[in-house]
Amino acid sequence: MRLTWDSSHPDGGLRATRKVAVVGLGVVSVVGIGKDQFWKGLFKSFPAGVKHVEDFDPSPWLNPKELRRYDRFNQFGIAAADLAMKDAGSLNLPSDKVGVFMGTGVGGLESLENQIILAQTRGYNRVSPFLVPLLMTNAGAASIAMRFELRGPCETTSTACASSNHAIANAAHLIATGRCDAMLAGGQEAAITPAATAGFTNMTAISSCGISRPFDKARDGFVQAEGAGVLVLEEYEHAISRGAHIYALIEGTASNEDAYHITAPLPGGKGAEACMRLALDDAGITPTQITHINAHGTSTPLNDLSESQAIYSIFGDDCPPVTSVKGTLGHALGSAGALEAIAVALTYENGMIPVTANTKEVDSQMKIDLVTDSPRKFESGYVISNSFGFGGHNSCLVFGPAR
Amino acid sequence: MDRDEAFSKFKDCTVKVLHVEPEKVVPEATFAEDLEIDSLDLVELVMALEDEFSVTVPESDLEGVDTVGKAFDLVYGKL
Repeated sequence: MRLTWDSSHPDGGLRATRKVAVVGLGVVSVVGIGKDQFWKGLFKSFPAGVKHVEDFDPSPWLNPKELRRYDRFNQFGIAAADLAMKDAGSLNLPSDKVGVFMGTGVGGLESLENQIILAQTRGYNRVSPFLVPLLMTNAGAASIAMRFELRGPCETTSTACASSNHAIANAAHLIATGRCDAMLAGGQEAAITPAATAGFTNMTAISSCGISRPFDKARDGFVQAEGAGVLVLEEYEHAISRGAHIYALIEGTASNEDAYHITAPLPGGKGAEACMRLALDDAGITPTQITHINAHGTSTPLNDLSESQAIYSIFGDDCPPVTSVKGTLGHALGSAGALEAIAVALTYENGMIPVTANTKEVDSQMKIDLVTDSPRKFESGYVISNSFGFGGHNSCLVFGPAR
Repeated sequence: MDRDEAFSKFKDCTVKVLHVEPEKVVPEATFAEDLEIDSLDLVELVMALEDEFSVTVPESDLEGVDTVGKAFDLVYGKL
């Protein structure tokens, strides 16, 4: 990971000597809760339609009193963080060296909508004193920090569907540069509300038939989903010294901006391409070292076209296997990148690349090697995971093997 | 409504809103220590009590209201 971008330096800039290990995974997803259920779920097929975390029971994590002040997105985050911390084992670090970076698109939107209805039917003096802590996007990261008494940096990133990747990238940098020794990082979203659904529907971003089929020629929009993913990141030597299980390393990250249109990507996928190239440079690797691409692949006509163009521009005809787990998971917006980072960590763990579910015929405009029909073996090498958000925000993570 | 009947109603409402154990809702119980509720909880409780008893409790009246008994007297005094 780069510390400087100094072209006059003999190596083109200084690089961090501290490495960032992924040591804990926690997930609340539409295909199951916990990393094992999640991984199994990525190999199952599910009916079409909006994807909820069915029958989510927050009671193992939150008492009735806490539930009144935790919106659903926050409940998901607490559950995922707790599962991730248990998976990581005892970090045994001073609390001020551990922080929390989370991403979310909209925070507690459901609470906001409910309270607006209440205000309009019964008056604004009936609005809950908990409305602000329920709806604020940063309540997620703050609640996780409170739960585990973590007193390092605690921040929330909101870059729409790129939120999680940005949060994970920024967290990884804090470890690489030495400010923190461990971070909880990821994303959380519960935005399947009447107003959000209407907004996405009216902008024609949502699949009319409720089928998420990334890169398919018949794709017609994304399928709404929800959930949370939290990764425990830890400085590599510290993780080794305590005998932690290491899933993978975060080797490089990148962030840039299309600066073109509030929802449409830069034509030709030029912004995404630049971001992917920056991430490869940050990892200090060449495209030929990438052995798998975990795509953003939302199943919208525009994203998938531009992303495939970005991939082709970099990899040409030597495209590594590409998958989009959004075929199975739908699009969990601000938590999507975290769910995908967890899928990547589990790809390293299990040596398997899940299929892009529902995709039957890859759009002929897309010259990428998409994993369809059956999962593929994953041997070793580097993996790039893309997330792109409305607003033109791009964020890429490069993962490497645990060594 | 007599005092006992009103307190019973007050207690039910408090248990429902704050999710506290019913036996803890006694006049001498303090909100902060005994019921472990903070100022936001108290605001929510008062809003619920306003609905339950059809009264209005201005925020200024809540000054110094730190026990169940004081809160009950405040509401009962407005009936």
